[in-house]
Amino acid sequence: MEQGLLLSAMLFALGLLGVLVRRNLIMILMSLEVMLNATGLAFVVAGSRWGQADGQIMFLLILALAAAEVGVGLGLALHIFHRFATLDADSINEMQG
Amino acid sequence: MLKLLNWVPLLPFFGFLILTLSSQGFSRLLAPWVGIGSVGISALLVFLIGFEFQHGPMQPYRLVMGSWIAIDGLSIPFGLYLDALSMTMLYVVTGIGLLIHVYSAEFMECDPGYPRFFAYMNLFVSAMLVLVLADNLVLLYLGWEGVGLGSYLLIGFWYEDRDNGYAARKAFVMTRIGDTALALGLLLLYTQLHTFDIQSLMLQAAHQWTPGALIAIVSASLLLGGAVGKSAQLPLQTWLPDAMAGPTPVSALIHAATMVTAGVYLIARTHELFILAPTVQFAVAMIGVVTLLISGCSAIVQTDIKRILAYSTISQIGYMFLALGVGAWSSAIFHLLTHAFFKALLFLAGGAVIFCVHHEHNIFKMGGLRKTMPLTFWSFMIGSAALSALPFTSGFYSKHEILLAAFDNSSVLWAAGCLGAVITGIYSFRLVFVVFFGSQSPVVEKKFGRFMSTPLILLSILALFGGMLHIPLDSVFPAVFYPNHEHPLVSAITVAAPLLGLLIAVLFYLNGTVSAQHLANFKWVEPIRQFLLTGWGIDSLYDSLLVQPFKLIAQHNKNDAIDRPYLGIAWLSRKLHCMASASQTGRVRWYAGSMALGAVVVIAIGLLS
Repeated sequence: MEQGLLLSAMLFALGLLGVLVRRNLIMILMSLEVMLNATGLAFVVAGSRWGQADGQIMFLLILALAAAEVGVGLGLALHIFHRFATLDADSINEMQG
Repeated sequence: MLKLLNWVPLLPFFGFLILTLSSQGFSRLLAPWVGIGSVGISALLVFLIGFEFQHGPMQPYRLVMGSWIAIDGLSIPFGLYLDALSMTMLYVVTGIGLLIHVYSAEFMECDPGYPRFFAYMNLFVSAMLVLVLADNLVLLYLGWEGVGLGSYLLIGFWYEDRDNGYAARKAFVMTRIGDTALALGLLLLYTQLHTFDIQSLMLQAAHQWTPGALIAIVSASLLLGGAVGKSAQLPLQTWLPDAMAGPTPVSALIHAATMVTAGVYLIARTHELFILAPTVQFAVAMIGVVTLLISGCSAIVQTDIKRILAYSTISQIGYMFLALGVGAWSSAIFHLLTHAFFKALLFLAGGAVIFCVHHEHNIFKMGGLRKTMPLTFWSFMIGSAALSALPFTSGFYSKHEILLAAFDNSSVLWAAGCLGAVITGIYSFRLVFVVFFGSQSPVVEKKFGRFMSTPLILLSILALFGGMLHIPLDSVFPAVFYPNHEHPLVSAITVAAPLLGLLIAVLFYLNGTVSAQHLANFKWVEPIRQFLLTGWGIDSLYDSLLVQPFKLIAQHNKNDAIDRPYLGIAWLSRKLHCMASASQTGRVRWYAGSMALGAVVVIAIGLLS
């Protein structure tokens, strides 16, 4: 029980760390996946704690969301690469105030 | 037939609406039909109504079109009031208006703003009809402002030129000064007599106030202020010469025949009030005399054909004011009528000259047009003869009446009027001789057709024989007592004065016996000429007296203390904007970091509170 939540929290923190420190867009997207899965894990663990199927249903929804997110995200990444010939998130900073 | 009176102002207004709301291409075809048609039908109605009115009992007729303002105790209807005075004004406005509309159909044909022109003209005619038909002062004021708007729009008709826009604004602001006085006057009358209805106002005023009472003097002066502004009399006359920036038919309709005489109409309409205030009435006469002399002198030295006519209009309205001031009410209206004929004729003929010599305004660049433009020459000749009141023209009868009435009142006023008549003779025939006689002849580029020649012919007939018209104004004005023993010498001098002017003009400009060039060689002549050319320097006087100090104060007052807090607010929000804008770096990781931090803070608040 606690171990499950702990694992999920660690995964989430790792994913967030990845989002914050990696500069490659692909790696940022992958870190986002890690964060999503960490959340999913938390739902599943909580569902098993209360003996209800809700947690697993939520996980299915999160999977669908993650798939959609990856589809859009990779499409954007592809387009950005075509346009700027780089995937460095820091060097693509034209939209600033 | 009298029941159709409400359609007289409504038809031109509908014409205005149709022309304004329809599309450009459609209304270009439609413009002359709607523009002339609406005024034409309304003129026809006026003539039918006039026929019935004059063959009836000549009783004033009232028609209420509807309620305009109805607040507890105060009700202002759209009420029309028809009596002999407003009937005369209706004839002038619709009759002359129709002729000028027909003339414009050809004169303005090549102008890109053709539909707009007719829309504005219809708006003006409608407002003018409301002004002369109104039975209460507020509705009169509506028409009064409406004609001001029409005048503004039409002076600035060619708005691409900055000067025209300036002239339009000048006319608007100068007349606004008078209008403010008029508004104060009618509000004062309301607070005293508790009604806006003109007839009952006059009745009550005559009933309650003694002649020379302060309240009568104040309210009459305020109304006079309005009249002075609208009719371009001293000291508010400077807008009229500049108003010539508009198209020539506009000058003929608005700045000669109708709108500028609205002041005369107003004073005639409220004459009971002026009888109660003899000092103000005397002031009217003085304003008239001074204005007619001043602007007559200015007209002598002008070189722009339209400015000569403008100064002459101011001067002739001065005669009307003189007549009003000496109590010759019907003579004033009679002169208004004949003036509308011959001045509209002069402007239209002048417009024809300008039309044919490719928009040249300087009379000294014309000359010898007598042979190339015979119709225009004869119309101009007739107009000038009537303007300078040569015997047996229409202007002669009206001006003669005015001058004799002035003599009854004071011989000084009469003498000044006669001097004015001499000056009128000089400038009107100077214009004729310089433009139509002489050798130098400019190339006449265009010919004009029936639409322009017919109004000229009709107006020539009216200007010649309009003096025979009998206008039955006795029912409106108190009878003026004319002494039977008319002084033969006085009459003779009155008749001879314009002839003397004609003689001087012949000597100077036709014969060359005394050359104006020769006169110009004297050193002292040039400054005087400049002085007169600028209209006695009144424009620059107002500029240094009012405009410059106002600008100076405005300049000093630009950064006052009250502005500081508001400037501070602007500064603060600009700083905040800079800060917020700096946080938008365009870096995805920075945004993700801020979101994470924000989430942590929100969760922390949720857990700890």
